[in-house]
Amino acid sequence: MSKNDNSIYNRALLFSIVAAVTVLIGTIATVFVPMFTEGMHPKVDGLKPYTALELAGRDVYQAEGCVNCHSQVIRPLKADVLRYGQYSKAGEYAYDRPFLWGSKRTGPDLARIGGKYPDEWHIQHFESPQAFYPKSNMPPYPWFKEKQVNVKETLARMDALSFPYTEEEAAELEGATELDAMIAYMQVLGTSIAKEALIEIDESMIEAESPVKGDADAIALGKKLYKAECSGCHGQIAEGNIGASLVDYAEFEPLDTDTYITIANGFEGAMPGYAAKFSKEKIWAIVEYINSLK
Amino acid sequence: MNEYQYDYKTVQGFVLSAIFWGVIGLVAGLLISAQMWSADLNFGEYLSFGRLRTFHTNVLAYGLGIGAEFGLFYYITMRLTKKPFVLPKLARLHLWLFNIGVGAAGLSLLIGMNTSLEYAEFEWPFDVAIVILWVMFAINILGNIFTRKEKHLYVSLWYIIATVITVAILYIVNNLAIPATLTKSYHLFAGVNSANVEWWYGHNAVGFLFTTPILAMFYYFLPKSTGLPLFSHRLSIISFWSLIFAYLWTGAHHLVYTPLPDWIQTLAIAFTLFLIAPSWGSVVNGYFTVDKDWSKMSTNYLTKFFIVGITFYGLQTIQGPSQGIRVISSLIHYTDWVPGHVHMGTMGWVTMVICASIYYALPAMYKTTIFSEKIANTHFWLVLVGQVMFSITMWITGIQQGAMWKMTAADGTLQYTFMEGLVRNYPYWQMRTASGLIFVVGMLFFIYNVLMTIQKGKKNLAKLQEA
Repeated sequence: MSKNDNSIYNRALLFSIVAAVTVLIGTIATVFVPMFTEGMHPKVDGLKPYTALELAGRDVYQAEGCVNCHSQVIRPLKADVLRYGQYSKAGEYAYDRPFLWGSKRTGPDLARIGGKYPDEWHIQHFESPQAFYPKSNMPPYPWFKEKQVNVKETLARMDALSFPYTEEEAAELEGATELDAMIAYMQVLGTSIAKEALIEIDESMIEAESPVKGDADAIALGKKLYKAECSGCHGQIAEGNIGASLVDYAEFEPLDTDTYITIANGFEGAMPGYAAKFSKEKIWAIVEYINSLK
Repeated sequence: MNEYQYDYKTVQGFVLSAIFWGVIGLVAGLLISAQMWSADLNFGEYLSFGRLRTFHTNVLAYGLGIGAEFGLFYYITMRLTKKPFVLPKLARLHLWLFNIGVGAAGLSLLIGMNTSLEYAEFEWPFDVAIVILWVMFAINILGNIFTRKEKHLYVSLWYIIATVITVAILYIVNNLAIPATLTKSYHLFAGVNSANVEWWYGHNAVGFLFTTPILAMFYYFLPKSTGLPLFSHRLSIISFWSLIFAYLWTGAHHLVYTPLPDWIQTLAIAFTLFLIAPSWGSVVNGYFTVDKDWSKMSTNYLTKFFIVGITFYGLQTIQGPSQGIRVISSLIHYTDWVPGHVHMGTMGWVTMVICASIYYALPAMYKTTIFSEKIANTHFWLVLVGQVMFSITMWITGIQQGAMWKMTAADGTLQYTFMEGLVRNYPYWQMRTASGLIFVVGMLFFIYNVLMTIQKGKKNLAKLQEA
């Protein structure tokens, strides 16, 4: 042991001070100093503070611990961008206190969920995620539609964050449920930058007619894919629900290419596109399945 | 040898409280592990996965982890300063407030008071209470250290001092918030800044709640229980200072590939790799301490707890830094690999060493021996098997998940949908529940042993007083 009486290991106060300084060096260099640089406070032009209803939704998101299973940050990696959309920019989060990037994807990333599905999708999905994906492990949230947003509380929170709101916006909160709030929040996520489809399919990029016309294997594959990804909105037997009845659609004998392009590109705010998620072979298979419904 | 009137009642109170919260946290853990493979097990609002998972991590970290640390730190500090508490009543008050605090804070998460900052989820009134609790703790610990009767500060005290100071800095800074109402506040920091502060805190909470305190126990109880002197004082000096210096730079390795400025990420990754050295300094110090007599592994039942514990620490501190490297992070981040990693630390290292320390300290307080070494051995093997199964299961499924998310078809489109990846986890998640169950059964053996040792100790003390 140290023989020197003045050794730091014999002097508790000195030891404590040196230990404190030691841990503060890295803290100052990587946390405190960056805090005062511009790079840590960027803001994209299209970003607006949350409205009262969106904030109420964001608060529900926090209360329920959604961040345990859902991230809100898309990495600049090929697969992340294909699956979730454009990679996240620092300036998209300027109003996020706290950030909700998360650290686990038990469920998918939600950074660009805004506009991906219609409101009705969220209403049904919160009620029963298993109605869309029978094997989903997401808990159902049936209480969202029953719980009212606390108006006074929400406005106090808006004030604390210095987010602006008008009298009308405040009035909108009256009678709103947590479900309304959650949907408002979901639909605004990731919308501060213009959406660009990663892959936009047009007629020049695909065959003029289905290359697997009437093929039984293709129809079987198409049916499997339909059940997995499409039946939530279009119904178990394609009878229609949130989305149109595909039985009726097939009756019109649409062009193969039109059906393909619809599946590939989707419609903003109504239906997600599958161009990045399904190979050509898979999309043609779904086209054939739909044709077979006639 | 000097005899002091140590206030062991407070130490024991913390140990028993930690065990109590441990059971609650473990049961919650089992339930959420089952919710992962069956959504039907979400029993309404208050027991749904999102709330319960937050409850699980916090009750175990704050209740079991910190509770045991409070108790064992008090024990170690009194012994190493050769002095009873400077303020015994404050220590007792600390114990009571701690239990009320963990109970109330745990419930607050279930009713939806959640800041959503990982490992700092408690809302601001609880943050204030936690800071007060920590100050009470610091007064007792530092009070004893500053007025100690033993001039030299032993290694464990260095780690204790570093823990007391650093946790205070971390907790206060990350919990700075704009209070809106009594039940809701917003992080003072926004966006990328919020992320940087949170993970500086988050990673160092691991460093200064699950590393330095456990090392303090390890450096004290390993030589005590084996009777072998610490291998190298010099190595412990080098390990200590480089560990506490490097740790604080590393938080951003949790934010690899996020919009956080690249230089902060890269610096964090570099310091993370450096951390292997001081971590292994302690591992080597432990191994060479027992190297003087490896037969202790079979003749002294506690030795294997410490050696296996420090081995898990060694594995953890190699696995952790490798996860920080960009290419590995891109595969395993956001997957179940990460809970596999975390649980190797908490179940393999932290809990193993805490249990062994309690096994040593409790009989010592009652001047008796452990109730049953056989039960302790059963406990050891069950938690070891449970933990290894748990983590290996999670690593396999984590790599599978990461790979399925990344995989693309020949035409550059994604090979698998999200659901296709998810359903493949189910068998592994079920296996994880089974592993957790084995671990919990092991812990029940531990608890039984502890309670019976206290019974035995009380009888022993009564006998000693008669004589």
